[in-house]
Amino acid sequence: MTPVKLRVNGSTELLELDPRVSLLDALREHLGLTGTKKGCNQGACGACTVLVDGERIVACLALAVQYAEREITTIEGVGQPDHLHPLQEAFVREDGFQCGFCTSGQICSALGMLAEHRAGMPSVVTPHLTDDEIALTEAEIKERMSGNLCRCGAYEGIVGAVQSVAEEMSQ
Amino acid sequence: MRAFGYVSAPDLPTALGAVAAGARPLGGGTNLVDLMRDDVERPETLVDVTALPLAGVDELQESGGLRIGAMVRNSRLAADRRVRSRYPVLAESLLAGASGQLRNMATVGGNLLQRTRCPYLRDHAAACNKREPGSGCAAIDGIHRGSAVLGTSEHCIAAHPSDMAVALVALDAVVEVQSLRATRRIPLAELHRPPGDTPHVETDLAPDELITAVELPALPVARTSRYRKVRDRASFAFALVSVAAALEVRDGDVVDVRLALGGVATTPWRAREAERVLLGAPATEETFRRAAAAELASAISRPQNAFKVELAQRTIVATLRRLAAERADDAEGGPA
Ligand SMILES: Cc1cc2nc3c(=O)[nH]c(=O)nc-3n(C[C@H](O)[C@H](O)[C@H](O)COP(=O)(O)OP(=O)(O)OC[C@H]3O[C@@H](n4cnc5c(N)ncnc54)[C@H](O)[C@@H]3O)c2cc1C
Ligand code: FES
Ligand code: FES
Repeated sequence: MTPVKLRVNGSTELLELDPRVSLLDALREHLGLTGTKKGCNQGACGACTVLVDGERIVACLALAVQYAEREITTIEGVGQPDHLHPLQEAFVREDGFQCGFCTSGQICSALGMLAEHRAGMPSVVTPHLTDDEIALTEAEIKERMSGNLCRCGAYEGIVGAVQSVAEEMSQ
Repeated sequence: MRAFGYVSAPDLPTALGAVAAGARPLGGGTNLVDLMRDDVERPETLVDVTALPLAGVDELQESGGLRIGAMVRNSRLAADRRVRSRYPVLAESLLAGASGQLRNMATVGGNLLQRTRCPYLRDHAAACNKREPGSGCAAIDGIHRGSAVLGTSEHCIAAHPSDMAVALVALDAVVEVQSLRATRRIPLAELHRPPGDTPHVETDLAPDELITAVELPALPVARTSRYRKVRDRASFAFALVSVAAALEVRDGDVVDVRLALGGVATTPWRAREAERVLLGAPATEETFRRAAAAELASAISRPQNAFKVELAQRTIVATLRRLAAERADDAEGGPA
């Protein structure tokens, strides 16, 4: 067992963890933050996406011990049922989910993705890699969100939700 | 997963000491943790190297190239302005790999040393000479749609999975490797070993060696370069075939060219045969076809992956055609 100080959603948690425990299991099993979902546990579905220092990662392939002292944000830190984040509202408005299993990962991923876009980072569908301003087209959103699978196939709504919030944020 | 010890290395001497004592380097963990969970990798101790001060991309003053720290994450490298303008093939190869989340975790060192996605590596019920030397290769007479057609042996036909490595081998990258004993520089083209009769020996690295940097030479031809990846779905999938190409055409002739292939070979594959055909020849469709055919002439395919031979040739021709057209546009002052 190793003492691990995890900073999650603004509070600091002291845990005693076996180094084998993934960040995902630490969040769900040890801290009771079950908003973050476990889908494939292999990095292939995006359900476990959380933000670390504002960047999106998959928590299933992350060892919790590796993320001590970093600023971790889960869906519980993004918004609350009585106080939704604008992106969560947009998911409801645009029909961005059915069963909701992939939604927390989609939302954390979208927040990370929008920050990457604001920082000028390109994607593989960016027409000119050297452009300073990259238009956040539907093709860009789809490519940048491709690490998050939705078994219900709510993709159209997800793209719509991300698009509308990206517009709000840029206004 | 089996139990293991964990240490985090704040500096290089600590990390080198740990690997000398038998610890296994842990980068983003996106390949190693996954394989440990499947009981394919069984390290007794992990040393987290991601905090090492090797996360910068620096100009090489003498040569005009770039030095990329081994801990630079894939997303950061792809976004680097100098990489985007001077080595677009590298940025594109990174952006075509994995997902945004994984690229934020994956490091340069870890990406180079990721292991094959051949399903038999993880299937403990099947033979795999990489997982269990001497057990055989289940892919040869099994599911081998994704397997290699170049650089194979009768002991292993697993394809090398890294996109970034294909771009780097085209760019004549050099890998810097350190241990407590020495610092070595290995051309990337020599880092990965073809399977031969020891498929489990995948690289030229000793267990106590750490990758510390990758160096790119100044390479004017790389300004006109592209990475083209063909896969089963448009995104978030490994390559069936990929082509990294850089091309310079003057007065209608190829005056400089770099070509490498992914998805079709057991190592990141520098296409030297094709380069030989192309260099000095007219930049025409006919030359591109001859070059592609020359490279794939030594391919050994099997029923399910025979399509890769044709697909690789078409992808080479299409990529060169596009680069030649872009260059022509450039010369006329049109869009780059
Ligand atoms: C779902 C999924 C899809 C993917 N799709 C693609 C794809 O399309 N294209 C592609 O190229 N890749 C793809 N990948 C693979 C991914 O790019 C690699 O897992 C990643 O690059 C590995 O980097 P890492 O830092 O996480 O390595 P780790 O998993 O930390 O390490 C990998 C290996 O490298 C060793 N190592 C790490 N750093 C060093 C060092 N500095 N010196 C010596 N040894 C070191 C480790 O000991 C280990 O053996 C995919 C992965 C997943 C899970
Ligand atoms: S649970 Fe982490 S990516 Fe699927
Ligand atoms: S809403 Fe059901 S998986 Fe996406």
